[in-house]
Amino acid sequence: MSGGGNEAAAPIRVLIAKPGLDGHDVGAKVVCRALLDAGMQVVYTGLRQSPEEIAEAAERLDAEVIGLSVMSGAHLPLCRKVGAELRARNLAERLWIVGGVIPAGDEAALRELGVDGVFPIGTPFEEIVRFIRERVRP
Amino acid sequence: MSEAGKDDVAPVAWESGLEIKPLYTPREVEESGGTAAVGLPGEYPFTRGIHPLMYRKRPWTMRQYSGFGTAQETRERFLYLIKTGNTGLNVAFDLPTQCGRDSDDPLAEGEVGRVGMAVDTLADMEEAFSGIDLNRISVSLTINGAAVPIMAMYFAMARKRGLDLATLRGTAQNDILKEFVGRGTWIFPVDPSVKLVGDTIEFCTKHVPKYFPVSVCGYHIRESGATPAQEMAYGLLIACAYLDHALARGLSIDDFASGLSFNFDIFGNLWEQVAKFRAGRRLWARILKERYGARDPRSQQMRMIAGGGGGGLTIQQPENNIMRSTCYALASALSGTQTMALCSYDEAYTIPSERAAHISLRTMQILMLEIGLCDTVDPLAGSYFVETTTNEMERLISAVMDEVEGQGGIVASISSGSIQAAVSREAYEREKRIRSGQERKVGQNCFVEEEEERSVELHPYREEEAKKQVERLANVRRVRGEHAVRRALAELERAARAGENVMPAAMDAVLAYATVGEVCGVLRDVYGGYAEPIRF
Repeated sequence: MSGGGNEAAAPIRVLIAKPGLDGHDVGAKVVCRALLDAGMQVVYTGLRQSPEEIAEAAERLDAEVIGLSVMSGAHLPLCRKVGAELRARNLAERLWIVGGVIPAGDEAALRELGVDGVFPIGTPFEEIVRFIRERVRP
Repeated sequence: MSEAGKDDVAPVAWESGLEIKPLYTPREVEESGGTAAVGLPGEYPFTRGIHPLMYRKRPWTMRQYSGFGTAQETRERFLYLIKTGNTGLNVAFDLPTQCGRDSDDPLAEGEVGRVGMAVDTLADMEEAFSGIDLNRISVSLTINGAAVPIMAMYFAMARKRGLDLATLRGTAQNDILKEFVGRGTWIFPVDPSVKLVGDTIEFCTKHVPKYFPVSVCGYHIRESGATPAQEMAYGLLIACAYLDHALARGLSIDDFASGLSFNFDIFGNLWEQVAKFRAGRRLWARILKERYGARDPRSQQMRMIAGGGGGGLTIQQPENNIMRSTCYALASALSGTQTMALCSYDEAYTIPSERAAHISLRTMQILMLEIGLCDTVDPLAGSYFVETTTNEMERLISAVMDEVEGQGGIVASISSGSIQAAVSREAYEREKRIRSGQERKVGQNCFVEEEEERSVELHPYREEEAKKQVERLANVRRVRGEHAVRRALAELERAARAGENVMPAAMDAVLAYATVGEVCGVLRDVYGGYAEPIRF
């Protein structure tokens, strides 16, 4: 697959995680495939991961990107907890993105929690790929 | 043939892979297998519908999905829906309830009452349905992983009201296998999960015979990406898995098979949906008769709720979704469904507003009352096109079923994650087709208009209501007889460890006001948790 010209380097390591109780993971899986097709290395956690488990997986993988998918509307309390766990493991500098059913009005609050990019449902894959490439390997 | 002959038209293929010709004649019908299996409505193999007179005698039931917040709010919503002409209720539960967690569980934080009603104990169920005649309104419980305590509560409530369980009607979704493929509210590993479905089937067969304990859902598998042929094939295989399990307990097929109903999705090509349903109905009848030896026609009849279909809606120009929904409801009626639940035009970006849900109900009523859809049975029968594609879809669905059975069967394929992988591969391919414009979506990838950036909306999370629910639960815990709860839960654990049917013990537990979390906690201790195979 041809792409952004970073293929010579090691692939960007991405962790996609589903926190909370919501079981709708079509979006998460579709994004995983799109990132894979864009030449990235992608690990998906599966459903109902606790904030501790997500941060631990990010640390274990040495993930450069941590992506959360939340469809239930519980993104704010969940991100508050995940953010604390990421900081506790010195992962606050990693690129942190969130996707799913996210009202525009919540973006600012998410950024305050440390989220770098917010991608509501319907965001083109290219936009996510471009954002990750630009921010991780400028 | 001239230069401008039929070779000049662009090829057309359905999502399931079927190539569609520009013209169908008696020859195509014959080549695809003829019309011998079309038969008459109400007669085997039920291609034309499961009742002889279908909507002419009884139109479809209209049942919209609803429920949010507390039991009290849900009750108000139910009363409103009944007043506006809904003839059934389709109950949504919040995620903690669906995942077997109480409202005061740390994992429930931020989720209490958010996507449905919070139910912790029988007290919530009693409040939600107070003043609602359970014999008059058909109630469908959208519950899967936590079906044991929730069904037990519904039955316990009926019993406390003095109703005879032998005549109680209603439906539970209770299709756990599809939760592993899409929707994701599983709690226990695959095998004990299927065992629990078997418990509810056995319990209902013996004590609540008019109740439909399982509604097998192709719907969520389709919404997760499956093609219509996969949706039907996986649905039929999952239903067979429950039949096999119940048979292994010594139940006889005609005593329980009619307790299984189906829930299918509608979006996409109108004709593909029609062929899917006519073929699926025929296949189910054949499987029941030939493979399981069912003699009672009721066992052979595929009863279904068919509606849709959030997967077809767009965020862009959302009013267009009203037209899409109308087409999906039309497909549903032309396919001979028993019950319809229609998506709302704002569903692609929010929990349906009251107004949007209302328009969906009115859409179904207009189709029922104004344009003649109930005039005659299966009006499409005999169409060269429809009969040919029904035959061809039957073959495609069978091929998918054979493939899965050749790989160890549906339970093994779900345990390994191979079904999940096949479905998410289709989801990705469809997404790419839409993004590239190959699959057209008006307003999204063609006829696009400058639109205001439309933000998704959510019901604001009401911390206060969640707190009230937690207090309500604390109050129930305070006043209930703790000794009776402990004793009932100990009996539940004993029954589960002994491999007995857990439903009688679950009934006793919820009658003593044991919580959903306590009942599921006991079962989790016995069965363990589920390690999800990660496939995408």
